[in-house]
Parts: sequence; C-alpha cells; structure tokens
Amino acid sequence: MLSRIAESMFWIGRYVERAEDTARILDVQTQLLLEDATIDQESTCRNLLSIMGVEGEPESQVDITLVLDQLAYSPTSPVSIASALAAARESARRARETLSVPMWEAINTTYRAISSGHFHAMRPPAIFQWVRERAALINGTADATMTRDEGWHFLMLGRCIERADMTSRLVATASLAAGTGAPWTGTLRACGAYEAFLRTYRGLETERGAAEFLLLDRLFPRSVVFALNRAEQCLDNLEATDRRAGFQNEAQRLLGRLRTELEYRSLADVMADLPNEMERLQRTTALATEAVTRSYFAGSEALTWQGVRL
Amino acid sequence: MSSMFEGYVSSGPAYDEMFDNDALRPPYLRLRSSLETMTTPDLIGRVEALQASYLDQGVTFDIGGEERAFPLDILPRVIEMDTWTTIESGVQQRVNALEAFLADVYDAGAVFDDGVIPREVIATSSHFHREAANVRPANGVRVHVSGIDLIRDNAGEFRVLEDNVRVPSGVSYVMTNRRAISAALPETIAEHRIRPVAGYPQRLLAALRAAAPAGVTDPTVVVLTPGVYNGAYFEHALLARTMGVELVEGRDLECRRGRVMMRTTKGLEPVHVIYRRVDDEFLDPVHFRADSMLGCPGMIDTARAGNVTLANAVGNGVADDKLVYTYLPDIIRYYLNEEPVLKNVDTWRLGDADAREEVLDRLDELVLKPVDGSGGKGIVIGPRATKPELDELRVKVLEDPRSWIAQPVVQLSTVPTFVDGELGPRHVDLRPFAVNDGNRVWVLPGGLTRVALAKGELIVNSSRGGGSKDTWVLAGPPVPAPVTVPAPVLVAEPVPADEPPPSPPPSSPVRSVPESAGPAISEMSQQQEQQQQAAVIPC
Repeated sequence: MLSRIAESMFWIGRYVERAEDTARILDVQTQLLLEDATIDQESTCRNLLSIMGVEGEPESQVDITLVLDQLAYSPTSPVSIASALAAARESARRARETLSVPMWEAINTTYRAISSGHFHAMRPPAIFQWVRERAALINGTADATMTRDEGWHFLMLGRCIERADMTSRLVATASLAAGTGAPWTGTLRACGAYEAFLRTYRGLETERGAAEFLLLDRLFPRSVVFALNRAEQCLDNLEATDRRAGFQNEAQRLLGRLRTELEYRSLADVMADLPNEMERLQRTTALATEAVTRSYFAGSEALTWQGVRL
Repeated sequence: MSSMFEGYVSSGPAYDEMFDNDALRPPYLRLRSSLETMTTPDLIGRVEALQASYLDQGVTFDIGGEERAFPLDILPRVIEMDTWTTIESGVQQRVNALEAFLADVYDAGAVFDDGVIPREVIATSSHFHREAANVRPANGVRVHVSGIDLIRDNAGEFRVLEDNVRVPSGVSYVMTNRRAISAALPETIAEHRIRPVAGYPQRLLAALRAAAPAGVTDPTVVVLTPGVYNGAYFEHALLARTMGVELVEGRDLECRRGRVMMRTTKGLEPVHVIYRRVDDEFLDPVHFRADSMLGCPGMIDTARAGNVTLANAVGNGVADDKLVYTYLPDIIRYYLNEEPVLKNVDTWRLGDADAREEVLDRLDELVLKPVDGSGGKGIVIGPRATKPELDELRVKVLEDPRSWIAQPVVQLSTVPTFVDGELGPRHVDLRPFAVNDGNRVWVLPGGLTRVALAKGELIVNSSRGGGSKDTWVLAGPPVPAPVTVPAPVLVAEPVPADEPPPSPPPSSPVRSVPESAGPAISEMSQQQEQQQQAAVIPC
C-alpha cells in the first residue's frame, strides 16, 4: 500500500473517532451545566477548553456558547467537530480510489451536512446524537466493506490511538468536576458505559470504580487499556517480521509501555493526580503518532528538484 | 398530446437532433413516447434527485478551488447504430493515422520528405519534444487513450473539431452519467437497447498492460495524478478505483537505478506502466520545467531506457496541435491510403499569406483559435466580438500568425435540454473516447456529450459553464415506434429426424435448509401455538 494512502487511512480513523468523542464529551458537559445550577459555568468552560487543547487564554467571558462554537461548530477551530469531519472527508478524498463506494459516500454525505449548513442548524443535544450516528455509520460501513488488509489496520490503528487519547480527556473532565454532583455517571453515560459499569460493579457506584472501568477494563471497548491493546495488535499485524526478542517498532514500544504502566501501577497512585496523568498519556499517544508517521508514512512529503538543467 | 415537448422550438440554422421542424427524428421516437406521460413537476423532482446524488457521490469538478457538482442534463442524447458505425470507423481511422504520424515525426520523418506537411510546422510547435525522439514504445502505441472532439454541422453531418491525444479527460463522466440517468429514468432506459459504457476501465487496463516494457509479464500499472486540487481529480480516482490500481502523485514516485519505484509501507516497489494525467511539461524536472513538483525526476530517462511506459507517450502534443489538424486529411491519405471518414471543419491557416489576407478582411465573421489553446481559452468569435477586441486580435495575429487558425462560425447541433424549469434547444458537441491496445483501436460506444447550458452559447467547455448529457448509442437497427410493433412470430427450426432434440436434464429444484430461527422467533411461535390450543380447549 502506498505510504500516502496509509497515512490517509490512519487519519480517517482518527478524525472520525475525534468527532465522535468530542460530541460525547460535549454531551456530558452541556448536560451537567444544565442540570446543576451550582456549577461555576465560567471555570467549567475554561477547564473544558484547556482539556480539549484549545490554545491561549480567551480574555473575554467564557460561556457555553463559546465552548460550543470552539468545539463543535466553528470550521476554523482545529479542535471542533466540524473541522474533524471536514478533515476526515479530505483524507478520504485523497484515498478515494482505495475506499469502497459505500464507505466514501458515508463520509462524504456526513461532510455535506456541514457544507450545506444542515450541521449548523442542529442544536444540542440533537447534534451530538447526529454525530454519534454518523460515526457509527462510517465505522459500521468500514467494518462491513473493507478487506482486512493494511488499510484496515491503519484505519483501526488511528481509531484506537485517538480513542485512548479522547477517553483520557473524558476522564480528565470528570475528575475536574469531582465533588459537584455526579460527573462520573454522566461520563459513563457519554461512553455508553453506564449499564456495563453497573452490571460489572453490581450497582456500586464509586468514583474509583468508574475511573477504573474507563481506564483499565479489559473488556469494555472504549476503555483506555482496551484501545491501547487494540492499537498494539494493529501494529503487530503491520509488522510482518517474525521477531524473537523485544519490539522493533518505536510506536509499539511507546504504547506497550504506556499500557503496562497503567495496568501495573496501583489505581490510587494514578487517581492521586488524574489530570496530569491523563496529560502524560496524551503526550505519549502524540509521540506514538509521530513514530508511526516516521516508520510508515515517511518520504511522502513533496520534494523539490534542485538539479541544474544541462 | 405531448405535455413535455410541447412548445419546444428548435432555433435557427443549427441542426436539431430530435426535431426536424415539427417532425420527430427516428432515433428519438421511443424517448418521446416514454416521456410523454411525465409532467414537469415530476421531471423537476427527478432532476433534483439527480443533482443530490451527484453531490453525495462526490461527482464534482473544481473551478478555482471550489468543488461543484458536475452538471448533468436529465434528457439523454440518442445516436442510432448506423450513425455510430460511421463515427466509430472515422475515429479508428483517425487514431491509426495519428499513431503513424507520431511514429514518423519522432523517427525518420518521411512525411516531411514527401512534402505532405512542412517540417517547420512540427519544429515550431510548442508541444514538439526532442526528448521523445527515437523512443520506440514497447508495443508501438503512443496514443493509448484519445478523445476526438466532434460536432454536427447544419446538415447533420459529424465533423472533427479537434483531436486530443495528450491527456483527454471526461470519460469518468460518461460512466457516472449513465448510472445516474439509469436511476433517474429507469423506465425509459428499459425501453431502449443501449450499448453499455461500463467496460471502459477494463479495456483501458488491458491496453495499459499490453504496453508494458518488454519482459515484464505481470506489470504494475499506476495512474499518476497532479493531486487532489486538480480539476479532474475525481476522474483520476475513479479510473484508478475501477481498474484496481494505485493512484499515485509525483511525490509517491522515485527513480532509482533506471527504474521508477513507488513508496509503499513495505518500502519501494517497481512501477512498469504509468497512465499519467500530468502534462508533458510537468512530468520530469530534469528535462522539462525544473520547478515542477508534480512529476518525478528521472522519469523521462527511465522511459527512454525502456524500463517504464508512459501512457500517453511524451510529445504527442504535436499531433493535436491545431495547425497540424489542418493537414490531417492529407496525413490520413498519406499513411492509410484512404479517404477520411470524418471531415474536418473548414480551416484557414493564418501562416499562409493568402489565407491571412482573406481572414483579416472577414475577422468579424469567423472564429479565431490559438493553435495550442485548450478548454476554450483564447477563442474569439467574430460576430460576437466588439470592435476593440477585433483590433487587438488583428495585432496579435499579425505578430504571430503561426499561432492562429480561423474557422467559419459553425452552429453546433442542438438537443432539447432541461434548463431552469423548461425545455429548450442547447448546443452540444461529442467526445468519443478511443483506447488503443496495439492490436485494435476500441471506441467506447457513447462518449461525452457536452452541452452549453446558456441559451445560444456555442462554447461547451465545463470551465465555461457547460454541462453534459448521457449519450445513448442504440444497439441493433432502428425500431419502429412501439405502438406499431407486431407480436413476434416464432418459427421453429427443423430438427433432423434421427436425432432427438436435446432436452435439458431433468432438474429438481435445490432444496435449501430453512434459515435457522433464533430462540426469540421459536419462542414466539410456540407461544402462539399454546395460545391457539388454549383457545381451542374451552370449546
């Protein structure tokens, strides 16, 4: 597979997942702000923006309208759902000939809702529902129509790395709001994990339990450990060589170390400084992305001819 | 009686392909009878569905960086079998002549020595590339893909307007148009016998594989695109997808030790045939424009060494130069010893002093075209130009007469077209596509009909607001109108007496196992049975 196409597949996976997870995070947070009048709107919104990686401190008053604009509607904000979906479509356009027609149309019609203004006309929470449904359609179509070749592994790799990253952000938003109301319930709901969590923990709702479930559960597909496991598997599939000792792939090393560290440290230790731990996790996934780019996509940037015409 | 075509008036001297004054021309009989019952609102509904489907599928082209749906008119253009046979043989003849001409130009140049065409016509062409001299393609083919633009004059005769043997585009729309129209007018399609166009990618792939360098048995074919911002990117992606080959950009390629390689996740892999959709000038910064980022340094040398095949070949531009076009009838006679099947449009070469004098006198009646322009660029239509424009043109022509040709204003034929809620005559041209695999020139039955959507407009290029039409080439002889079709009479063929007629083996239908019902379904049926029993007992 061409490096350039592999890169596009990787980023389709990431952008679609990013749009979906951003919608999930926003869904919880807007719900919380609505339900609980005691929450300080200003600081919650500021925290949310910083967790989602919005650069620079906005000077004017920060409220939910600004947050929604920055994280959902604005096509110029790099962290918004709109720009993630547009970027997913742009990546798909570059890999157009390798995608199945249904897959391309699922992505293209999603993007068309943005360019036609339909997306901007939708309001919360309907818009978050819509984004989740479109992501499910794209992922489901990929699952049903893509051959399990390299392209698929790169798509999955992108999706899993993004999911680990975004779940960590989701956990960080929950920990920030700790002590006010029941943020963990909302967070679990945002992942669609609430019922699974209740059954696993026999209805015993604790912050510790919820964090454990979202970070460490080996069976729940949106937990950080599950996503990292999957990402490692994808890298394993991509590395064709039979190796006897250790790991050669830098990305695999980074992700493996990250996962084992999470799994083998005591939860109390991780919980003690959850926001910073989560930030560390996000930094590692960024490093892993760089490593993947170096080992698989390198050289696909344009070159200039420096020679002299004879 | 007809709700749809009522009030349609074909305009002026142009040949209308559907109506001969009030009478319907035969190819369109079925089309009209099947559309007669359709009302305008129904048609508008279908047109909207058509446009939405093109946007969803991403059938678009770029104008100045903006992506737009490719405009497709809902009414098809119909071409009868006989007419098509002429077009087909004319295109084949033309491509064969162009191949022979190119082979000669880049080799011995017998055509110059025999005085058919002056050598300076070629030497002064901006598309003549010495880099291509003495390169002999593996299977002798230089024009793997060509698009010969045809128009229909006032008498209804097809004539050649120009040849495109560099990188002709538009074939993807022929295929997507057919699919879209099949969805929009399923009943009408069903009533016609239309020759399919979907086989094009397979033909192209076969031709590209046949052109592989000697000794390569299982060649790797790629499509080279300038990138996602190119106007025809949609087409490049569609061709790569339907041929099942990689779509590469210049940065994906690298020349190593006389081979072209592509960068993959598994390292460098060799490439044997490049169907390139990048212009000559941008292919290789070593030989052509040094600032080009679209090609790959070293590609031309690799091609010269015979290790990679470029399709179409480099330097083909000399053959579709508009000045060479004026010599084409002679070129056909010279190489093939045949009369041209399709005539040229009358053309004056402004390089000839006599012609120049005549043309300059009649500048306001003629169409002037730059010889190396494409996409309708630089064309001046005399009757529509203002005085200052004509004066400016006169100066330009006198400065560089070699760069201009003149033609009479040809009224392109018209076909009913649905624009802004009503039917009206619009001018069309036709670009049939031909694929040469070295043994045979195959002409795609259909081709791209481009239509000028503005009333009276004669320039059909999509960059100038043109649209397209699905082009139906009918299979089989013309059929009388459906009303008069008699019931077919079956004649049994006599069977020799000593031989029992072959009867198909007794076939028993395959009994498949019923789908296994899940517990939910079986429980439901059990419950129902219980309920029924319960209901029976008290009686």
